Amino acid sequence: MTVAAPILHVLTALVASPLLLGVIRRVKAWMSGRKGAPLLQSYYDIVRLLNKGAVYSRTTTWVFRAGPMVGLAAVLVALTLVPLGGVPALMRFQGDLVLFAALLGLLRFFYVLAALDTGSAFEGMGASREIQFSALAEPALLLGLAAMARTTHELSLSPMYDEISFDLVIAPSGAVMLVAVAFLIVFLTENSRLPIDDPNTHLELTMIHEVMVLDHSGPDLAFVEYTSALKLWVLGALLVGIAVPVRTDLWYLDLLAGVAGMFALAVVTGILESTMARLRLSRVPQFLVAAVVFSGLALVLVLR
Amino acid sequence: MVLWLVAAVLVLLASGVAAVSLSTRPVVAAAVGAWGAVVGCLLGLPAVVAGLAGHASAVTLPWSMPLGSLSIAIDPLSAVFAAPVLVVGALAAIYGQCATHTGGIRHNPGWPWLGYDALLAAMIVVTIARNGVLFLLGWEVMSLASFFLVMNDHDKDHVRRAAWTYLIAMHLGTAFLFAMFARLGAGAGSLDFAVLGRFAATSPEATLVFLLALVGFGTKAGFVPVHVWAPDADTVAPSHVAAVMSGVMTKMGIYGLLRVFLLLGDAAAWWGWALVVVGAASGVVGVTFALAQQDLKRLLAYSSVENLGIVAMGLGVGVLGVAQGNPAVAALGFAGALLHVLNHSLFKSLLFLGAGAIVHVTATKRIDALGGVLKRMPTTGAAMIVGALAISALPPLNGFVGELLIYLGAFQGVAGTNDLAAAWPMRSLLVLAALALISGLAAATFTKVVGIALLGEPRTKAAAHAHETPRGMRAPMVVLATLCVLLGLGAPLALEAVRQAVLSLTPGAMVADVSARLVEARGQLVWVTVGGGMFLSLLGGLMLLRRWLLKGREVTQSGTWDCGYIAPTERMQYSGASFAEPLLRLFSSLLRPTAQLVLPNGLFPTYAKRHNDANEPFVDHGYRPIFQAFAWVAAHLRWVQRGHIQMYVLYIAATLIVLLVWKLG
Repeated sequence: MTVAAPILHVLTALVASPLLLGVIRRVKAWMSGRKGAPLLQSYYDIVRLLNKGAVYSRTTTWVFRAGPMVGLAAVLVALTLVPLGGVPALMRFQGDLVLFAALLGLLRFFYVLAALDTGSAFEGMGASREIQFSALAEPALLLGLAAMARTTHELSLSPMYDEISFDLVIAPSGAVMLVAVAFLIVFLTENSRLPIDDPNTHLELTMIHEVMVLDHSGPDLAFVEYTSALKLWVLGALLVGIAVPVRTDLWYLDLLAGVAGMFALAVVTGILESTMARLRLSRVPQFLVAAVVFSGLALVLVLR
Repeated sequence: MVLWLVAAVLVLLASGVAAVSLSTRPVVAAAVGAWGAVVGCLLGLPAVVAGLAGHASAVTLPWSMPLGSLSIAIDPLSAVFAAPVLVVGALAAIYGQCATHTGGIRHNPGWPWLGYDALLAAMIVVTIARNGVLFLLGWEVMSLASFFLVMNDHDKDHVRRAAWTYLIAMHLGTAFLFAMFARLGAGAGSLDFAVLGRFAATSPEATLVFLLALVGFGTKAGFVPVHVWAPDADTVAPSHVAAVMSGVMTKMGIYGLLRVFLLLGDAAAWWGWALVVVGAASGVVGVTFALAQQDLKRLLAYSSVENLGIVAMGLGVGVLGVAQGNPAVAALGFAGALLHVLNHSLFKSLLFLGAGAIVHVTATKRIDALGGVLKRMPTTGAAMIVGALAISALPPLNGFVGELLIYLGAFQGVAGTNDLAAAWPMRSLLVLAALALISGLAAATFTKVVGIALLGEPRTKAAAHAHETPRGMRAPMVVLATLCVLLGLGAPLALEAVRQAVLSLTPGAMVADVSARLVEARGQLVWVTVGGGMFLSLLGGLMLLRRWLLKGREVTQSGTWDCGYIAPTERMQYSGASFAEPLLRLFSSLLRPTAQLVLPNGLFPTYAKRHNDANEPFVDHGYRPIFQAFAWVAAHLRWVQRGHIQMYVLYIAATLIVLLVWKLG
């Protein structure tokens, strides 16, 4: 059973993660009174793109072609490191949380390089913003994980998340709550959601992530779309693991609770995106520094 | 075994002298100088390999110098620091011979090669010396040899200025070392390391020695705020020399610090704090300044400040672990720091050699003047991308391994259940925050280097006419890039290489525990290998999938899609300055940037300009006022030197009388 649960989690993520995007879009459509695209639209998009040829800019090199593949490979390895609530990860060792953060860094590094490889001013702008915001999101993530490590006395993601219980989340110090808020901000930032970035547009002055991938086409773009869905899943799992502290002894109940939590998170994201305005670009760093402060504060609280 | 290294030193010195004496035949002289360096470095390898494996060997020879004997030895710690000297020294020599050969020899090449060989020989001497006089002798030759190498293009004003700054900084640093050895040797009557004074960690003598060592060795390592020589010197030195100076020579400062720790015996806890604070400051300041630089080699020099800061943080974590009696923290801190020493020497010299190759063919160091280099220099560019990934601490490359261990050491400090781990948790907070911030900024710095300089369209004619360098310059880079990959994927083996050195740094009572923790850490690194292997096989699978999907389909080439704009030019690309500007704005109070702005004017504007300058506030607001005050005082004391012989006779007589009175009174 101990092997089945992680494998089932990875398979669920591989299959269901594009559905999260569909749920978010559907919720946004409902909130704005539209009918909205089919829930499975992301799957249709990916299949359609996989069946297409590709157009490459004459400016680009192998780095541009490598970007989507490196990104997908990195997020797939990250998926094997992340637990979903009480369901442990496929790979777990002391320090896996650092490898997890570094793999997301590798993904970002190649996306930024691929964007700069096109020589386009638009994509350069997106790359510049992406690297700025992620440089601030990374301390928030790692300090938050350190606070969790302190709370649970564990250095590996899986046992760390296994320790989390309802009592721990509502503990009077409030540290775990603070971490959850910080992780929510990291989740929104890294997945280019409102109020940081608008995933629906790449033609306005707020463009960040969507504009970086402007030149990708065909199977490359399919890889990029799938990577986005998986990234939503892995970062969402870090948040859901705290926000849904259901830990039973039955692995299938844990898995069910986790997956339900992921879809609840998608609904919440949709509601957040519908009700919030995008931040002015110069305000985004302050928003992210707030996340760093939350994580740091949580760490100070548990270190006392 | 240590005699192999002595032979290496002798071969290095002999080939340097031979190169000078062959000055009538410049091509032969360069070949002798360079290949002598290669042979010398190869000769030393057996001793270093044996040293890493834990086989210490010592030789004491009679010596006519005062204060002890000619003692030399190799132990694991020396071997960890001698290994990069030999590997990088040999590879950079091959590159340097080729670069100076094809670049046209303007001066007599014998002298620079004597300097280069002497620099390598001096670094070997520093690592194996077990006597203060010999150590300082090696230290001084190292500084002087590198000074002459920095001075290579001495017909340029800024080169001379950089070289003088370097010389002054090195000698101020060495002055602290003289004082330190004087304090250590006081009472012992000899400067042999075996008999040097041991002080209790809390005694004022030990505090004084530690502070002197921190400043003296820190100057060489380039800790903030005594880093100011590095950006100037590494920028103007020939690239293969800069690779050795920035990649290897700075580590001698770290070696010196560790050797002094061993001499002193026990380390006080606050030394660890000092190292953590200095390291965090150097790391954050170094990487922020690196991001701000427009000059490729200057950027790399600042990035060395950052990486040496990371090493110092690791050492600080290790020292605190020892002071606290926490073997896990001690093992991870020391092992991470030593691994980062090895790894940084590889990827930093790789990046300097790559930057040198670009400068060699385009004659510009300005990142914003480059672009499209990867297409024109595929091997150099690919090697530099490997180096950039490694230095940004991304898996599965080697830069990630050292930082992972330091991260783990810091996490151990917060996560432990016992009372030991609960003490001083704030240290971990500082290290974690600094490392996380550094890694984000380092990613920004090196996406800027690769994305702006190597990718996109060439921004100038010089960049458009770039072409690949000869094989002799490419091969060393390929070797270094391969080593970066191998040490990343073979992380557990790399940890084995520094294992003995880590054990030699831990006090006897903790050795067994630390050893056990290192075995645990190796188990964790096996997972990094597994993860890296998984990543590479997934990447390979995706490549095959993409090829299969695109087989027989229409794959076309076109211009970059610029949202309908029909006439994009290469000047519309994002520049390095604009790429980094949003992040740098957050640090403007540290960087104190100055900008010139000419706004477009009128109904049909023709001209607009914005120019950002990266300043060095540590010089502008710190050192320059001090040295100007010095110059002012010196100018006002000029009346002492009138040039009249009578006055000098009077000075001599007055001095004698004062001495007489002092002696008699």
